[in-house]
Amino acid sequence: MIANILINGLITGGTFAILALGFSLVFGVAKILNLAHTAFYMIAAFFIYTTSVNLGLPLAFSAVLAVLFTGLLGMVCYKVLLDRVKKHETAVMIISLAVGMLFQELLLIIFSGAYRRVPPFIPGFTELLGVRVSYQHLLAIVVSGFILLGIWALMSKTRLGKAVRAVAEDYEIANVMGINVSWICTLTNGISAGLAGVAGAVVAPLYMVQPYMWMHPLIMVLAAVVLGGLGSAKGSVIAALILGFAETLVIFLVPGGSFLRGAISLCVMVVVLMLRPEGLFGVVFEEERL
Amino acid sequence: MRSGVNQSSRFNRWVLTVFGVSLVAVFLFSAAEVLAKPTVKFGVITTTKYPITTHQWWGAQMAAEEINAAGGVNIGGVSHDIDLIKAESNELASVTDAANAMEKLLTVDKVAAVTGGLRGEAVLAMMELMADHKKIFISSGSGSKETSEKVAENYDRYKYYFRNTYINTVYMGKIQFALLDITAAKVREVLGIKTPKVALLIEQAMWGNVQIEVAKKLLPEMGLEIVGVWRPSPHTTDVTAELTAIKSAGAHMIFTGMTGPGGPVVSGQWGQLQIPATLSGYNAFGSWEGTWKATGGMCAYEITYDAYAHDVAITPKTIPFMEKYIQKYGQKPLFVAGAYDALYIWKEAVERAGTIDADKVVAELEKTDYIATYGRVVFHPQGHQFPHDVIWGPGYMTTVGFQWRDGKQICVWPNGEALFPALSTDPGWKGLKYQGTQDVQLPPWMVEYWKSKK
Repeated sequence: MIANILINGLITGGTFAILALGFSLVFGVAKILNLAHTAFYMIAAFFIYTTSVNLGLPLAFSAVLAVLFTGLLGMVCYKVLLDRVKKHETAVMIISLAVGMLFQELLLIIFSGAYRRVPPFIPGFTELLGVRVSYQHLLAIVVSGFILLGIWALMSKTRLGKAVRAVAEDYEIANVMGINVSWICTLTNGISAGLAGVAGAVVAPLYMVQPYMWMHPLIMVLAAVVLGGLGSAKGSVIAALILGFAETLVIFLVPGGSFLRGAISLCVMVVVLMLRPEGLFGVVFEEERL
Repeated sequence: MRSGVNQSSRFNRWVLTVFGVSLVAVFLFSAAEVLAKPTVKFGVITTTKYPITTHQWWGAQMAAEEINAAGGVNIGGVSHDIDLIKAESNELASVTDAANAMEKLLTVDKVAAVTGGLRGEAVLAMMELMADHKKIFISSGSGSKETSEKVAENYDRYKYYFRNTYINTVYMGKIQFALLDITAAKVREVLGIKTPKVALLIEQAMWGNVQIEVAKKLLPEMGLEIVGVWRPSPHTTDVTAELTAIKSAGAHMIFTGMTGPGGPVVSGQWGQLQIPATLSGYNAFGSWEGTWKATGGMCAYEITYDAYAHDVAITPKTIPFMEKYIQKYGQKPLFVAGAYDALYIWKEAVERAGTIDADKVVAELEKTDYIATYGRVVFHPQGHQFPHDVIWGPGYMTTVGFQWRDGKQICVWPNGEALFPALSTDPGWKGLKYQGTQDVQLPPWMVEYWKSKK
């Protein structure tokens, strides 16, 4: 059972981590709680389905196109809808949620509610410590690791990363220093949406592609980001793993309550936040607000 | 003076012309109204947001078109065309929305009768409105026994409710256990396992609670051992952990009960990971024809049931109906397409009653003995435990147990054998086998796994 919990916890947490990373990035930089984040993941999944299954394009090529498409869409949505209201958190949340629902309804009209499947990059499965794991799940874990490394490299080794960090620390000073804050925020949103696109490519083959697929991950992503500390990419990954393990523990220790897996992992988040309100790796809220 | 007279007469001519044209128009419109064939409104309450429920509308639509093409419904000697009114219930997400949709059908659209409904909780809410407004409601989707039990509790209030399909959850449970029984027999035959181990994977929903209670009593009697109970959400998107837990528990068989969108997730991930256990039971979304494509064929060897299976002639009407339905809608009908028969059943009752007056139609509906596309429809009478429910059993509605193989739903039950005594002692099951019925096959990976363990 320990091997099962370990492997399944890693798998579940890894898939949450991919989605949480992009969300954490845009919040850390642009201070935007973009509730449409997982809707971009859904759009990427449909894009890949349409191009690879319906149009017959190679899967890898479809995935690259999906990432570029969602990145561009993220930039457009931010520039048109959110840039002007970014200082009003409530407006941002409502608008971004509305955007997510709009995408859902549009996809429902175009594709109906029928389930579809994106083929996996690597079909088949293997056994680790006696536990059956699909290759696609392993790919999801590896990709989340690469994304984390990639974000670290981008932020610490590139001029763009320095500009992004400057904007994240202080909008006004960064603006005074000649950094185009609006452009940095737009680009960051594009990168975040692109990361959601990567999640769509890697995670979507594990589930069914349908217009409601963005709602459940949104709750878990919010939980991971809040638990990890708003704006901390490292925190988001660790929190995603904690939530993944919490869910897995429920399934193995209380199988009759597996429908409560989501609720219990959120309770874990609440307990941690009560002890440490800023999250595991976040700064204290008051400092954040100043 | 002369020009004034001319103007005046031109004006008068203009007024007379307009007046004359108006009179003719009024006459023509009135004549059209009088000469137009009278219609009777029939409501279909369903949600087209999911692939399986769309069939409910399609079935009703096809019936209405056929009935109208054949002359309509004869109500008291006057032919009426059916005017089908669709109401989006959104019931899988919101019972309140479903109740509001029903209210609109009854109070705004003023339909004479309604068919539809799928989710038990929503149908119960719809029944209250049906009772308040005294309108016929022929449920053609939900299997919750609680709806018929309401009729038994308060017949005078709820007598307007009938269920032509699906069979209720008590009967559904019996079919699931029957499928489990024939699968267990195959496990014993092929693998030589005397007491196969069973994992219960049943969604967290009202109807599932009863299933589990019954399973705990019945499975030991059937010579099966329960190794665990897993209750995922009906809307689950991932059951990988549950499936690996089931494999670790050493289960040879998985007994499923999924009516929500999580159904294809279960069968898809079970096939993807090649969990070495059979998968049988009920998967509502899994009986949709598109499941094969949606799971990439990963649902192969899953066993579930529906009112219809490919190429299985349950009654003389089954195959012609399925062929026409597939030609029109491009898919094999699902059980909710029984809304087709709901319209015909209502039509015949109304024609016998000579009116759409609900109380008189109820009396005629209770006399229904109708050969439908999925079996013979006779309703349990008042006084029965489930009044106004379609009778399940040999000679009535049986449903068809099928196994997914090579993209087709192959009939595996009824298989001509008597049912396990606790399920039914009706001798009619012995010898009942539809043409095209084949034996259950175990998934090859399962056979390989367990044979290697010996």
